[in-house]
Amino acid sequence: MSVELVGLALLMGAVTYPARALPLLAPGIERLPRIALAYLRLVGPAVLGALAAVNTVIVTDDAGAAHVQLGVGWLAVGCCIAIVAVRRNLFLGLVVAVAVAALARAANLA
Amino acid sequence: MNAAGAGSAHPPDEPDGPGPVTLSLGAARRRLAVDMLGIVASTSAFGVVFGLSAAQRGHFSLVETVAMSVIVFAGASQFAGVSLVAAGTPWPAIVLLTGLLNIRHLLYSAALAPWFKAVPRARRAVMAHVLTDEAFALSLAHFRRLGRADVGGYWLAAIGSTFIPWNIATIVGFLGGQSIVAPERFGLDVVFPAAMAGLAVGLVTGRREIVAIGAGVTISLVVALAWDARIAVVAGGLLGPLVGLAVPERRAATRRGASAGSGASGPTDDGPDVAGARDPLP
Repeated sequence: MSVELVGLALLMGAVTYPARALPLLAPGIERLPRIALAYLRLVGPAVLGALAAVNTVIVTDDAGAAHVQLGVGWLAVGCCIAIVAVRRNLFLGLVVAVAVAALARAANLA
Repeated sequence: MNAAGAGSAHPPDEPDGPGPVTLSLGAARRRLAVDMLGIVASTSAFGVVFGLSAAQRGHFSLVETVAMSVIVFAGASQFAGVSLVAAGTPWPAIVLLTGLLNIRHLLYSAALAPWFKAVPRARRAVMAHVLTDEAFALSLAHFRRLGRADVGGYWLAAIGSTFIPWNIATIVGFLGGQSIVAPERFGLDVVFPAAMAGLAVGLVTGRREIVAIGAGVTISLVVALAWDARIAVVAGGLLGPLVGLAVPERRAATRRGASAGSGASGPTDDGPDVAGARDPLP
Protein backbone atom coordinates (compact mmCIF):
# COMPACT_ATOMS: atom_id res chain seq x y z
CA MET A 1 0.00 0.00 0.00
CA SER A 2 1.43 3.34 -1.08
CA VAL A 3 2.29 5.90 1.59
CA GLU A 4 4.06 8.46 -0.57
CA LEU A 5 1.20 10.92 -0.40
CA VAL A 6 1.33 10.91 3.39
CA GLY A 7 4.24 13.28 2.86
CA LEU A 8 2.00 15.58 0.88
CA ALA A 9 -0.62 15.38 3.62
CA LEU A 10 2.02 16.39 6.16
CA LEU A 11 3.02 19.38 4.05
CA MET A 12 -0.59 20.40 3.54
CA GLY A 13 -1.16 20.06 7.28
CA ALA A 14 1.97 22.10 7.96
CA VAL A 15 0.60 25.07 6.01
CA THR A 16 -2.89 24.70 7.44
CA TYR A 17 -2.03 24.46 11.11
CA PRO A 18 -0.47 27.93 11.54
CA ALA A 19 -3.67 29.63 10.37
CA ARG A 20 -5.59 27.68 12.98
CA ALA A 21 -3.11 28.09 15.80
CA LEU A 22 -1.28 31.40 15.56
CA PRO A 23 -4.08 33.73 16.70
CA LEU A 24 -4.89 31.35 19.56
CA LEU A 25 -1.26 31.22 20.63
CA ALA A 26 -0.10 34.70 19.66
CA PRO A 27 -3.08 37.11 19.57
CA GLY A 28 -2.79 39.99 17.12
CA ILE A 29 -0.90 38.13 14.44
CA GLU A 30 -4.05 37.79 12.35
CA ARG A 31 -4.25 41.54 11.70
CA LEU A 32 -3.52 41.44 8.01
CA PRO A 33 -4.09 44.46 5.75
CA ARG A 34 -7.70 44.80 4.65
CA ILE A 35 -6.85 44.24 1.00
CA ALA A 36 -5.01 41.03 1.86
CA LEU A 37 -8.02 39.71 3.77
CA ALA A 38 -10.31 40.63 0.88
CA TYR A 39 -8.04 38.77 -1.54
CA LEU A 40 -7.83 35.70 0.66
CA ARG A 41 -11.60 35.53 0.99
CA LEU A 42 -11.89 35.35 -2.78
CA VAL A 43 -9.32 32.58 -3.18
CA GLY A 44 -11.71 29.87 -1.99
CA PRO A 45 -14.52 30.59 -4.46
CA ALA A 46 -12.05 31.09 -7.32
CA VAL A 47 -10.16 27.84 -6.65
CA LEU A 48 -13.33 25.81 -6.24
CA GLY A 49 -14.84 27.29 -9.40
CA ALA A 50 -11.66 26.53 -11.32
CA LEU A 51 -11.60 22.97 -10.00
CA ALA A 52 -15.21 22.43 -11.03
CA ALA A 53 -14.66 23.86 -14.49
CA VAL A 54 -11.47 21.95 -15.27
CA ASN A 55 -12.92 18.68 -14.02
CA THR A 56 -16.13 19.14 -15.98
CA VAL A 57 -14.88 20.55 -19.24
CA ILE A 58 -11.28 19.49 -19.80
CA VAL A 59 -9.99 16.05 -20.76
CA THR A 60 -6.34 15.29 -21.33
CA ASP A 61 -5.24 12.80 -23.97
CA ASP A 62 -2.31 10.41 -23.75
CA ALA A 63 0.03 13.01 -25.19
CA GLY A 64 -0.92 15.43 -22.44
CA ALA A 65 -2.89 17.79 -24.66
CA ALA A 66 -6.06 19.25 -23.16
CA HIS A 67 -9.36 19.24 -25.03
CA VAL A 68 -12.85 20.51 -24.33
CA GLN A 69 -15.34 17.78 -23.48
CA LEU A 70 -19.06 18.33 -23.81
CA GLY A 71 -20.82 15.63 -21.83
CA VAL A 72 -23.65 15.19 -19.40
CA GLY A 73 -21.37 16.53 -16.69
CA TRP A 74 -22.22 20.07 -17.79
CA LEU A 75 -25.90 19.48 -17.18
CA ALA A 76 -25.38 17.66 -13.90
CA VAL A 77 -23.07 20.28 -12.47
CA GLY A 78 -25.39 23.03 -13.69
CA CYS A 79 -28.28 21.42 -11.83
CA CYS A 80 -26.20 21.27 -8.66
CA ILE A 81 -25.24 24.94 -8.99
CA ALA A 82 -28.87 25.95 -9.48
CA ILE A 83 -30.03 24.00 -6.45
CA VAL A 84 -27.30 25.36 -4.20
CA ALA A 85 -28.02 28.90 -5.40
CA VAL A 86 -31.74 28.59 -4.74
CA ARG A 87 -32.00 26.16 -1.82
CA ARG A 88 -28.56 26.58 -0.22
CA ASN A 89 -28.42 22.81 0.08
CA LEU A 90 -25.29 21.24 -1.34
CA PHE A 91 -26.16 17.70 -0.47
CA LEU A 92 -29.45 17.92 -2.36
CA GLY A 93 -27.56 19.43 -5.26
CA LEU A 94 -25.16 16.50 -5.34
CA VAL A 95 -27.95 13.96 -5.22
CA VAL A 96 -29.70 15.64 -8.14
CA ALA A 97 -26.44 15.92 -10.11
CA VAL A 98 -25.74 12.21 -9.68
CA ALA A 99 -29.32 11.33 -10.61
CA VAL A 100 -29.23 13.48 -13.74
CA ALA A 101 -25.97 11.93 -14.91
CA ALA A 102 -27.07 8.37 -14.16
CA LEU A 103 -30.45 8.79 -15.85
CA ALA A 104 -28.97 10.47 -18.91
CA ARG A 105 -26.53 7.61 -19.35
CA ALA A 106 -29.16 4.96 -18.71
CA ALA A 107 -31.26 6.57 -21.46
CA ASN A 108 -28.24 6.76 -23.77
CA LEU A 109 -28.51 10.54 -23.87
CA ALA A 110 -24.87 10.96 -22.96
CA MET B 1 -12.11 26.76 34.64
CA ASN B 2 -14.71 24.70 36.44
CA ALA B 3 -15.04 20.98 36.86
CA ALA B 4 -17.21 20.74 33.78
CA GLY B 5 -14.38 21.97 31.62
CA ALA B 6 -15.56 25.51 31.13
CA GLY B 7 -12.89 28.02 30.21
CA SER B 8 -12.59 31.72 30.87
CA ALA B 9 -15.38 34.12 31.66
CA HIS B 10 -16.69 36.36 28.90
CA PRO B 11 -13.71 38.04 27.28
CA PRO B 12 -14.01 41.84 27.39
CA ASP B 13 -12.74 42.26 23.84
CA GLU B 14 -15.04 39.71 22.23
CA PRO B 15 -16.47 41.66 19.27
CA ASP B 16 -20.20 41.53 19.75
CA GLY B 17 -20.41 40.58 23.39
CA PRO B 18 -22.25 37.51 24.54
CA GLY B 19 -25.58 39.12 25.40
CA PRO B 20 -27.41 38.09 28.54
CA VAL B 21 -26.65 34.69 30.04
CA THR B 22 -29.80 32.66 29.48
CA LEU B 23 -28.76 29.03 29.66
CA SER B 24 -27.09 26.79 32.22
CA LEU B 25 -24.14 24.65 31.16
CA GLY B 26 -26.31 21.57 30.90
CA ALA B 27 -29.00 23.31 28.88
CA ALA B 28 -26.44 24.95 26.63
CA ARG B 29 -24.74 21.63 25.95
CA ARG B 30 -28.06 20.00 25.15
CA ARG B 31 -28.71 22.77 22.66
CA LEU B 32 -25.21 22.27 21.29
CA ALA B 33 -25.87 18.56 20.86
CA VAL B 34 -29.03 19.31 18.88
CA ASP B 35 -27.17 21.81 16.72
CA MET B 36 -24.53 19.19 16.05
CA LEU B 37 -26.94 16.71 14.49
CA GLY B 38 -27.20 18.47 11.15
CA ILE B 39 -23.47 19.07 11.07
CA VAL B 40 -22.76 15.40 11.74
CA ALA B 41 -25.06 14.40 8.88
CA SER B 42 -23.53 16.76 6.34
CA THR B 43 -19.96 16.10 7.49
CA SER B 44 -20.51 12.35 7.17
CA ALA B 45 -22.02 12.70 3.72
CA PHE B 46 -19.14 14.78 2.44
CA GLY B 47 -16.59 12.56 4.13
CA VAL B 48 -18.00 9.66 2.14
CA VAL B 49 -17.77 11.74 -1.03
CA PHE B 50 -14.16 12.60 -0.25
CA GLY B 51 -13.23 8.97 0.37
CA LEU B 52 -15.03 8.01 -2.81
CA SER B 53 -13.16 10.66 -4.82
CA ALA B 54 -9.80 9.59 -3.42
CA ALA B 55 -10.51 5.95 -4.27
CA GLN B 56 -11.88 6.57 -7.75
CA ARG B 57 -9.04 8.78 -8.88
CA GLY B 58 -6.69 5.93 -8.21
CA HIS B 59 -3.78 7.88 -6.84
CA PHE B 60 -4.54 7.46 -3.16
CA SER B 61 -4.22 4.42 -0.95
CA LEU B 62 -6.38 4.03 2.14
CA VAL B 63 -3.50 5.12 4.38
CA GLU B 64 -2.89 8.22 2.29
CA THR B 65 -6.57 9.09 2.21
CA VAL B 66 -6.93 8.73 5.97
CA ALA B 67 -3.72 10.73 6.46
CA MET B 68 -5.32 13.56 4.52
CA SER B 69 -8.41 13.53 6.69
CA VAL B 70 -6.50 13.27 9.97
CA ILE B 71 -3.57 15.57 9.27
CA VAL B 72 -5.00 18.19 6.93
CA PHE B 73 -8.58 17.91 8.19
CA ALA B 74 -9.82 20.65 5.85
CA GLY B 75 -12.36 19.43 3.35
CA ALA B 76 -12.11 21.85 0.45
CA SER B 77 -8.33 21.66 0.31
CA GLN B 78 -8.50 17.87 0.60
CA PHE B 79 -10.82 17.72 -2.40
CA ALA B 80 -8.54 20.10 -4.24
CA GLY B 81 -5.53 17.98 -3.28
CA VAL B 82 -7.08 14.83 -4.71
CA SER B 83 -7.87 16.56 -7.98
CA LEU B 84 -4.49 18.22 -8.28
CA VAL B 85 -2.59 15.03 -7.52
CA ALA B 86 -4.64 13.25 -10.16
CA ALA B 87 -3.76 16.02 -12.63
CA GLY B 88 -0.06 15.67 -11.87
CA THR B 89 0.28 19.10 -10.29
CA PRO B 90 3.63 19.60 -8.53
CA TRP B 91 3.52 19.32 -4.76
CA PRO B 92 4.70 22.90 -4.07
CA ALA B 93 1.75 24.25 -6.04
CA ILE B 94 -0.65 21.99 -4.13
CA VAL B 95 0.82 23.10 -0.81
CA LEU B 96 0.62 26.77 -1.81
CA LEU B 97 -3.00 26.42 -2.79
CA THR B 98 -3.78 24.57 0.43
CA GLY B 99 -2.29 27.36 2.49
CA LEU B 100 -4.34 29.96 0.67
CA LEU B 101 -7.54 27.95 0.89
CA ASN B 102 -7.15 27.43 4.63
CA ILE B 103 -5.93 30.83 5.69
CA ARG B 104 -9.52 31.75 6.54
CA HIS B 105 -8.96 29.80 9.75
CA LEU B 106 -6.96 32.78 10.98
CA LEU B 107 -10.25 34.58 11.38
CA TYR B 108 -11.88 31.79 13.35
CA SER B 109 -8.87 31.38 15.57
CA ALA B 110 -8.72 35.10 16.22
CA ALA B 111 -12.41 35.22 17.12
CA LEU B 112 -12.03 32.36 19.59
CA ALA B 113 -8.75 33.54 21.11
CA PRO B 114 -10.29 35.90 23.69
CA TRP B 115 -12.51 33.11 25.00
CA PHE B 116 -9.59 30.76 25.59
CA LYS B 117 -7.21 33.16 27.34
CA ALA B 118 -7.36 31.10 30.53
CA VAL B 119 -6.71 27.80 28.78
CA PRO B 120 -3.10 26.54 28.99
CA ARG B 121 -1.12 27.28 25.83
CA ALA B 122 -0.28 23.62 25.18
CA ARG B 123 -3.95 22.72 25.24
CA ARG B 124 -4.79 25.62 22.94
CA ALA B 125 -2.18 24.30 20.52
CA VAL B 126 -4.00 20.98 20.38
CA MET B 127 -7.42 22.61 20.18
CA ALA B 128 -6.25 24.51 17.12
CA HIS B 129 -5.84 21.38 15.03
CA VAL B 130 -9.55 20.57 15.14
CA LEU B 131 -10.69 24.14 14.49
CA THR B 132 -12.93 24.00 11.42
CA ASP B 133 -15.77 26.04 10.01
CA GLU B 134 -18.24 23.84 11.85
CA ALA B 135 -16.36 23.76 15.15
CA PHE B 136 -16.06 27.51 15.06
CA ALA B 137 -19.72 28.16 14.30
CA LEU B 138 -21.00 25.66 16.86
CA SER B 139 -18.69 26.62 19.70
CA LEU B 140 -18.99 30.38 19.33
CA ALA B 141 -22.77 30.16 19.35
CA HIS B 142 -22.51 27.85 22.37
CA PHE B 143 -20.25 30.26 24.25
CA ARG B 144 -22.59 33.16 23.56
CA ARG B 145 -25.59 31.23 24.80
CA LEU B 146 -23.61 30.31 27.89
CA GLY B 147 -22.00 33.71 28.40
CA ARG B 148 -18.56 32.21 28.84
CA ALA B 149 -16.19 29.73 27.26
CA ASP B 150 -16.70 26.00 27.67
CA VAL B 151 -13.68 23.96 26.72
CA GLY B 152 -15.63 20.72 27.01
CA GLY B 153 -18.24 22.13 24.66
CA TYR B 154 -15.53 23.08 22.19
CA TRP B 155 -14.15 19.55 22.14
CA LEU B 156 -17.65 18.19 21.76
CA ALA B 157 -18.33 20.48 18.81
CA ALA B 158 -14.96 20.02 17.14
CA ILE B 159 -14.44 16.31 17.58
CA GLY B 160 -17.97 15.00 17.93
CA SER B 161 -19.54 16.92 15.08
CA THR B 162 -16.68 16.90 12.63
CA PHE B 163 -13.40 15.11 13.31
CA ILE B 164 -14.81 11.67 14.11
CA PRO B 165 -17.63 11.66 11.53
CA TRP B 166 -15.32 13.04 8.82
CA ASN B 167 -12.68 10.39 9.36
CA ILE B 168 -15.05 7.47 9.69
CA ALA B 169 -16.92 8.60 6.60
CA THR B 170 -13.65 8.97 4.70
CA ILE B 171 -12.86 5.30 5.32
CA VAL B 172 -16.39 4.21 4.43
CA GLY B 173 -16.31 6.23 1.21
CA PHE B 174 -12.89 4.92 0.23
CA LEU B 175 -13.76 1.28 0.78
CA GLY B 176 -17.15 1.70 -0.88
CA GLY B 177 -15.60 3.53 -3.82
CA GLN B 178 -13.14 0.72 -4.44
CA SER B 179 -15.93 -1.78 -4.80
CA ILE B 180 -17.71 0.19 -7.51
CA VAL B 181 -16.44 -0.99 -10.88
CA ALA B 182 -17.91 1.61 -13.24
CA PRO B 183 -18.71 4.71 -11.17
CA GLU B 184 -19.72 6.78 -14.20
CA ARG B 185 -22.59 4.37 -14.82
CA PHE B 186 -24.11 5.54 -11.55
CA GLY B 187 -23.29 9.19 -12.17
CA LEU B 188 -20.65 9.16 -9.45
CA ASP B 189 -18.04 10.76 -11.68
CA VAL B 190 -19.91 14.07 -11.49
CA VAL B 191 -19.84 14.14 -7.68
CA PHE B 192 -16.47 15.81 -7.52
CA PRO B 193 -17.01 18.70 -9.97
CA ALA B 194 -20.56 19.18 -8.70
CA ALA B 195 -19.32 19.37 -5.11
CA MET B 196 -16.65 21.89 -6.06
CA ALA B 197 -19.14 24.01 -7.99
CA GLY B 198 -21.70 23.84 -5.18
CA LEU B 199 -19.11 24.79 -2.60
CA ALA B 200 -18.06 27.76 -4.71
CA VAL B 201 -21.66 28.94 -5.00
CA GLY B 202 -22.12 28.45 -1.27
CA LEU B 203 -19.30 30.89 -0.60
CA VAL B 204 -20.84 33.69 -2.65
CA THR B 205 -21.84 36.62 -0.47
CA GLY B 206 -21.52 39.42 -3.00
CA ARG B 207 -20.61 40.24 -6.56
CA ARG B 208 -16.88 40.13 -5.84
CA GLU B 209 -17.11 36.40 -5.25
CA ILE B 210 -19.16 35.94 -8.40
CA VAL B 211 -16.58 37.82 -10.46
CA ALA B 212 -13.72 35.92 -8.79
CA ILE B 213 -15.38 32.61 -9.64
CA GLY B 214 -16.04 33.68 -13.22
CA ALA B 215 -12.49 34.88 -13.65
CA GLY B 216 -11.06 31.79 -11.97
CA VAL B 217 -13.07 29.53 -14.26
CA THR B 218 -12.13 31.45 -17.39
CA ILE B 219 -8.45 31.70 -16.56
CA SER B 220 -8.18 28.04 -15.61
CA LEU B 221 -9.83 26.89 -18.83
CA VAL B 222 -7.67 29.14 -20.97
CA VAL B 223 -4.50 28.02 -19.20
CA ALA B 224 -5.52 24.36 -19.48
CA LEU B 225 -6.20 24.59 -23.20
CA ALA B 226 -3.37 26.91 -24.15
CA TRP B 227 -0.63 25.89 -21.77
CA ASP B 228 -0.77 23.19 -19.12
CA ALA B 229 -3.78 21.57 -17.44
CA ARG B 230 -1.68 20.75 -14.35
CA ILE B 231 -1.32 24.38 -13.34
CA ALA B 232 -4.67 25.60 -14.62
CA VAL B 233 -6.43 25.47 -11.24
CA VAL B 234 -3.57 27.20 -9.48
CA ALA B 235 -3.55 29.96 -12.08
CA GLY B 236 -7.33 30.44 -11.86
CA GLY B 237 -7.28 30.31 -8.08
CA LEU B 238 -4.54 32.90 -7.71
CA LEU B 239 -5.48 35.31 -10.51
CA GLY B 240 -9.27 35.10 -10.24
CA PRO B 241 -9.37 36.90 -6.87
CA LEU B 242 -7.35 39.78 -8.33
CA VAL B 243 -10.10 40.32 -10.90
CA GLY B 244 -12.68 40.06 -8.11
CA LEU B 245 -10.90 42.76 -6.12
CA ALA B 246 -11.29 45.15 -9.03
CA VAL B 247 -15.05 45.09 -8.50
CA PRO B 248 -16.51 47.46 -5.89
CA GLU B 249 -17.73 45.49 -2.91
CA ARG B 250 -21.47 45.16 -2.50
CA ARG B 251 -22.69 42.51 -0.15
CA ALA B 252 -25.79 40.47 -0.78
CA ALA B 253 -28.63 40.98 1.67
CA THR B 254 -28.47 37.37 2.79
CA ARG B 255 -24.78 37.30 3.60
CA ARG B 256 -25.24 35.36 6.80
CA GLY B 257 -27.17 32.64 5.09
CA ALA B 258 -24.40 31.96 2.67
CA SER B 259 -23.32 28.60 3.94
CA ALA B 260 -24.43 25.76 1.72
CA GLY B 261 -24.90 22.15 2.65
CA SER B 262 -27.42 20.17 4.57
CA GLY B 263 -25.66 21.15 7.73
CA ALA B 264 -26.34 24.80 7.11
CA SER B 265 -29.12 24.70 9.66
CA GLY B 266 -26.44 24.90 12.31
CA PRO B 267 -25.69 28.17 14.02
CA THR B 268 -24.20 30.84 11.83
CA ASP B 269 -23.63 33.48 14.48
CA ASP B 270 -20.09 33.82 13.41
CA GLY B 271 -19.38 37.49 13.84
CA PRO B 272 -18.79 40.18 11.29
CA ASP B 273 -15.24 39.27 10.36
CA VAL B 274 -15.85 35.76 9.18
CA ALA B 275 -19.12 35.98 7.29
CA GLY B 276 -18.57 34.69 3.82
CA ALA B 277 -15.48 32.78 4.80
CA ARG B 278 -17.18 29.53 5.70
CA ASP B 279 -17.70 26.49 3.61
CA PRO B 280 -19.72 23.43 4.55
CA LEU B 281 -16.75 21.16 4.89
CA PRO B 282 -14.26 20.82 7.73
